[in-house]
Amino acid sequence: MYDFGVKTPKSVDEVKTALGDSDDGQYLAGGQTLIPVLKQRLAMPSDLISLARVDGLSGIEAGGDSITIKAMTTHADVAANADIQSAIPALAKLAGGIGDPHVRNRGTMGGSVANNDPAADYPAAVLGLGATVVTTEREIEADNFFTGMFETALDEGELITEIRYPIPEAAGYIKFPNPATRYALVAVMAAKFGNTVRVAVTGAGPCVFRVPEMEQALTGNFSPDSVKDGMVPADDLNNDIHASRDYRAHLIGVLARRAVAEANG
Amino acid sequence: MPAITVRVNGLEVTKEVGARTLLSTFIREEMKLTGTHVGCDTSQCGACVVTINGKTVKSCATFAWEADGADIGTIEGLGDAENMHPMQEAFREHHGLQCGFCTPGMVMTAVNLVENNPDIDEDGIKHGLEGNICRCTGYQNIIDAVKTGAKAMRG
Ligand SMILES: Cc1cc2nc3c(=O)[nH]c(=O)nc-3n(C[C@H](O)[C@H](O)[C@H](O)COP(=O)(O)OP(=O)(O)OC[C@H]3O[C@@H](n4cnc5c(N)ncnc54)[C@H](O)[C@@H]3O)c2cc1C
Ligand code: FES
Ligand code: FES
Repeated sequence: MYDFGVKTPKSVDEVKTALGDSDDGQYLAGGQTLIPVLKQRLAMPSDLISLARVDGLSGIEAGGDSITIKAMTTHADVAANADIQSAIPALAKLAGGIGDPHVRNRGTMGGSVANNDPAADYPAAVLGLGATVVTTEREIEADNFFTGMFETALDEGELITEIRYPIPEAAGYIKFPNPATRYALVAVMAAKFGNTVRVAVTGAGPCVFRVPEMEQALTGNFSPDSVKDGMVPADDLNNDIHASRDYRAHLIGVLARRAVAEANG
Repeated sequence: MPAITVRVNGLEVTKEVGARTLLSTFIREEMKLTGTHVGCDTSQCGACVVTINGKTVKSCATFAWEADGADIGTIEGLGDAENMHPMQEAFREHHGLQCGFCTPGMVMTAVNLVENNPDIDEDGIKHGLEGNICRCTGYQNIIDAVKTGAKAMRG
């Protein structure tokens, strides 16, 4: 690791001051991605601005038609939350399937979404459920948030404070985990809101994406049979040591059918 | 960096730490508690698992200053050769270790799993140990050990 300074602000205002006072400050949430990156000297922040002691950045609030999760809420806390388990069980399941228990005890929703790893789980929840990302500056719709591989709509220094997930009528999430890392080789979130269906795929391409053709077919009939193989062409999918692009294309169909079946109970 | 104050296995200490000092380094080199092992240093293996305020974490993926004010539990806090924790006893009995390198993290994780879920079943044990890698045993003896340890912990 290159050396850095440490700042431990207690409020969002102090976070802004800490960032302003740093040449090139970077937020530290659970550190489960950033600490390994620092060890590899792939990042060289002048200061780490720890979000762990910032008041009001952690917790879960259940409303009538949405659930709001604060950025610093850990994967373990989302997985164990009774409101999420009953309102959006697919989201509790997704959080409970990230990495391993130790990673889930430290890793946070905000860190995962800000990082936008192409194989991460949370982007599928945010995009598949059509959530709203709330930052210190504005609200960003999921459809405009994930802009590319490890890229998001966040400006330099913009802090995610919370994410609002609308409660679907039904939703299912199925992941084919990479057996070594537990990241998604491919994973699919399928959600139904009245007459709208959203399908989001992570792990398969350079960035999480929706599948309009599946969404259309499922809007007519929200049943596994509506999902046909080949609805996502293999051409632009990831092709690596873990799986070929053809295999990933095949998995998308299989997992989407299972996600719809899970949603239907 | 200002000094941090932590309780390690119940003992309160205040020490200066560097910004880059990992919790694993702090425990091994400052506290001289070398039971906590560093297997991979890349957050993969779980040999370095300790508890912070009762939750298991990989101490190689946590800075020491992040634990300021916290209670830290390491393998030394469980028991020693004369006075083994029931889970340590169960690992011995079932040959749940060969080289022993992964064992501190395995035992810390196993004890925490059982504390959170005294009636944990085999599936729960397998899922709960997903973050702990063993290159020797093939896992079956570890799972047997955790079952026996859980029974002993239930009393
Ligand atoms: C062994 C292992 C297995 C894993 N398996 C999975 C898996 O199966 N699925 C999965 O999805 N992930 C997995 N992860 C990643 C894990 O979910 C991380 O917790 C997550 O990617 C990053 O969250 P963090 O809180 O640790 O963020 P950090 O590492 O602290 O930060 C990550 C990045 O986000 C920025 N950031 C953090 N919080 C905010 C915020 N509120 N606003 C703006 N920017 C912010 C930081 O500056 C940094 O650039 C795994 C990690 C490990 C080590
Ligand atoms: S040494 Fe920490 S996970 Fe391997
Ligand atoms: S006993 Fe050798 S690594 Fe587990």
